[in-house]
Amino acid sequence: MTRRGAPLPETGQNLGMHTMSTTRAALPTPRGSLSERVVADLRTDAARLSQGGSRPDGVGEEDAALTLWVLHELSYGGFSDVDPDAEWEPAVLTLRRDLQRELETRLRQRWPGHHVSSDDFADELMAYIEADDGPSVASYVHTRATQEQVLELIRWRSVYHLKESDPATWTLPRLTVRPKAALAELQYDEYGSGRADRLHAHLFAQAMEAVGLSTRPGAYVDECPPEVLEMNNVMSLFGLHGRLRGASMGHLAAFEVTSSVPSGHLVQGLQRLGMAQELIDYYAEHVVADSVHDQIAVRLVCAALAEDEPEQAEEIFFGAFTCLDQEARFARALLGRWGVAV
Amino acid sequence: MTARAPEQAGSGQAMVCPGGPLLLRGARSYTDDAGVEHEIDRPVVAVCRCELSSLLPWCDSTHKRLPEDKRPR
Repeated sequence: MTRRGAPLPETGQNLGMHTMSTTRAALPTPRGSLSERVVADLRTDAARLSQGGSRPDGVGEEDAALTLWVLHELSYGGFSDVDPDAEWEPAVLTLRRDLQRELETRLRQRWPGHHVSSDDFADELMAYIEADDGPSVASYVHTRATQEQVLELIRWRSVYHLKESDPATWTLPRLTVRPKAALAELQYDEYGSGRADRLHAHLFAQAMEAVGLSTRPGAYVDECPPEVLEMNNVMSLFGLHGRLRGASMGHLAAFEVTSSVPSGHLVQGLQRLGMAQELIDYYAEHVVADSVHDQIAVRLVCAALAEDEPEQAEEIFFGAFTCLDQEARFARALLGRWGVAV
Repeated sequence: MTARAPEQAGSGQAMVCPGGPLLLRGARSYTDDAGVEHEIDRPVVAVCRCELSSLLPWCDSTHKRLPEDKRPR
């Protein structure tokens, strides 16, 4: 406690109407036989999941993705109509592990591999990520998108941004000293540096309120395509498994490196459309913050992790590739829906 | 404007990022070459070194759009 000078600001002040900490998600509408059974059992008794065995054959990818999203959500805020104990119910964990293994197998099939060749891991990783030339939603928003399209983008992004940074936090205790200190520094800034009114997920919630959208977690999951579900599942998979710590940090690095410039495009696009200042401020904050975070993630987290645990070096590239690939899939889904050639 | 060398960064720690900004950790303010003092309210800041940022003295990642030979060393 300081004895002199101005008192520290109350961290709970100026939070507006938003009460994310007390609002839990509602279970989404099932998209097939598996999610139908899981949603019904979670609502009544999660232990009943064991009676159906693990994932039956013939379940579609979208059904599986939604089911895994629901099971992951139990480890975040949970659902208003599900007993919080379901998170650690053995039948839930068994099904979650089966679905995670399928997802990881698919991700590794997409991964072309990367042989770490140079002496400077940080420069090689930075160059690898910067060479990405995937389709850009932000460039389209900059010059062409309508307000309606931007609101759709915000609704799809909200599945992640309302829990922004949380998946990477799972990785913190799995790291050695130097990458741990660096990740904690990065996350401290993501979480507002001790100020609740600057926590990034909260800034996004305020921006959603300003444009008349619901900030309830998962409020828009029903309208999200499988690409959105998968990209969220990827982050939870990488974060929850200590074995995947390299992939988790590589994903974080790619996310941060590819954030600042597109955020600048979004700022200009939102200004062009005269959209709410809170939304513009959210992306403007990411132009500045992610010009710091990307360097921390690449040079202080990933390079130190690769040095401390050399077997994680290629896993870091796997995570970075997967992030870029997921973003490209997201962009193709959204731009395709808007009739934009990609 | 040129970012100051690490030894001029005051009480905080500094790290030059090849091809990118100067990171300053734990500094309360940053004084640019014109002598203007800029207050700092975050734990780490990135100071522009390519001199093309639209948010000077802070980095806005403009360096990422520059060809390799135009980036700060």
